[in-house]
Amino acid sequence: MNNISSMIAKRMGLGFATIIVISVLIFLGVEALPGDLAEAILGQQATPETVEAFRKELKLDLPPHVRYFSWLGDFLRGDFGNSLANGRPITGLIGWRLSNTLFLAASTAVVAVPLAILLGMLAALYRDTWFDRLVSVSTLSAVSLPEFFVAYVLIAVLSVRLGLFPSISSISDEMSLGEKIHGIMLPCLTLTLVSLAHIMRMTRATIINVLNSPFIEMARLKGIRQSRIIIRHAFPNALSPIINVVVLNLAYLVVGVVVVEVVFVYPGLGQLLVDSVSKRDIPVVQASGLIFACTYVFLNLLADVLAIIANPRLRSET
Amino acid sequence: MTFLRLLKKSPFSARVGLGMILLNIFAAVFAPYIAPHAETEIVGDVWMTSGEDHVLGTDHLGRDMFTRLIYGARNTITIAMLITLISFTVGIILGFLAAVLGGWADQVFSRVVDIMMAFPTLIFALMVLSVLGTSVPVLIVVIALLDSTRVYRISRALAMDIEVMEFVEAARLRGEGIWWIITQEILPNAMPPLIAEFGLRFCFVFLFISALSFLGLGIQPPTADWGGMVRENSGAITFGILTPLWPAAAIAFLTIGVNLMADWFLQRSGRIRQEQE
Repeated sequence: MNNISSMIAKRMGLGFATIIVISVLIFLGVEALPGDLAEAILGQQATPETVEAFRKELKLDLPPHVRYFSWLGDFLRGDFGNSLANGRPITGLIGWRLSNTLFLAASTAVVAVPLAILLGMLAALYRDTWFDRLVSVSTLSAVSLPEFFVAYVLIAVLSVRLGLFPSISSISDEMSLGEKIHGIMLPCLTLTLVSLAHIMRMTRATIINVLNSPFIEMARLKGIRQSRIIIRHAFPNALSPIINVVVLNLAYLVVGVVVVEVVFVYPGLGQLLVDSVSKRDIPVVQASGLIFACTYVFLNLLADVLAIIANPRLRSET
Repeated sequence: MTFLRLLKKSPFSARVGLGMILLNIFAAVFAPYIAPHAETEIVGDVWMTSGEDHVLGTDHLGRDMFTRLIYGARNTITIAMLITLISFTVGIILGFLAAVLGGWADQVFSRVVDIMMAFPTLIFALMVLSVLGTSVPVLIVVIALLDSTRVYRISRALAMDIEVMEFVEAARLRGEGIWWIITQEILPNAMPPLIAEFGLRFCFVFLFISALSFLGLGIQPPTADWGGMVRENSGAITFGILTPLWPAAAIAFLTIGVNLMADWFLQRSGRIRQEQE
């Protein structure tokens, strides 16, 4: 038991260090700006006095390490400063959008993960039949398709032609859960189709791998049905890599929502990030970038920790 | 000639892939001769549907869609190719150096790459672009460096395997320098999997710039670019006009073609495709 906890502690320490390095990088990225932030925002027409005043307001007159720690401290307290574009506090701007993004990612995960694992298991069960081949061809092409292509095809068919779902997913707090789900149906479906392929391929590959081991041979010789072998004997042993790929895909989902949010004009964090990048609203970019990065690092960490816990062979390793 | 002989034994899917790639390259190279109009010429009304004058209709400013698609092939493929080439040059050199030198060089390179890969690529790119602004040179350097981390990982792993073989040992004893060992001993032996990887990386880069352009942060108008064209024409879809689907389908067409070829190369080089990203 000691082994696992020390491995997990080590991995968590590494994750924590990564987040610190990332926060330094995000901070330094702005430092690397030619001139400084104040000049960049005010443009060339600004008088030296206004630049100086603005610099004071942004606390640019303090040395870098002091500013880094005060920025990080504020960030940890949930105070992200003010947006440059409209002067509003960023915390309010981000909170609601972050919950929207997480809502979209979570709804997608609820649909995509069980479906992908089921299809992957079926493909392993009916290996080398037309079903398996269909699955592998469609996953190969799903990897090659840009997200917005899938999104617009879905809009053209399901929204414009059939009128089933709205092509713009605006959601607000007054809507009931049912209305919200109806609203995010298309982005959810797009993300499902895009993320399905990876989990499905991994599930198929690991199960086929496990099926070649001696204990499965044994089960087969006992005369157990193929479907039962896969569900009761192969699946539990394939669980560790599958959990790993599922959590990694969740990490992908949280980041991959950016494009899909823009297609469906969904009020999420990704949309905010893209808007802020084009407006060069750097405090907002820093804050939302750091949130995305932390979520991503955390989910990657979770994937590793779960893989350690779920894999009996890793447990005995020193 | 050897390539032609190889092609004879290739599976059907690889030939289809090759055909799809050649079609794109043809369009890219001979763009000014094939295209019926000039790149930014306004030839009709906004969002005209396809007719005999305009095979694929017109875009949001009344430019010929077919012309824009052909020029888009030229612009987007050139930039993606350039990025992939830079990323491979940097990634392979650093990866091979790390494997051959070992020690602190390996440690330093690998830890830097670990940190860069812990950061989601799209978010990293967006943050850098917000600071440096979007221009084509910045775009090329940023994406190439981000992508070279993946190339570094794979070429380091390949070189590690080759580096312990007898012929490398022999070259060392002969007193050959590091550069000789990298270019003459390791590189030729690492070539087949690297070519397959090149295809996959090209697809990834291509999709990545298309996504950035689609977000309005990549290649800027009026340059024809497939991702940007989807963005510009996205409004048409709600009227049931399929204009934005053409450039999106063109992106899918090219990446599927490259993937089919890369898949064949992977099988030939006898390696199972690594699950990554």
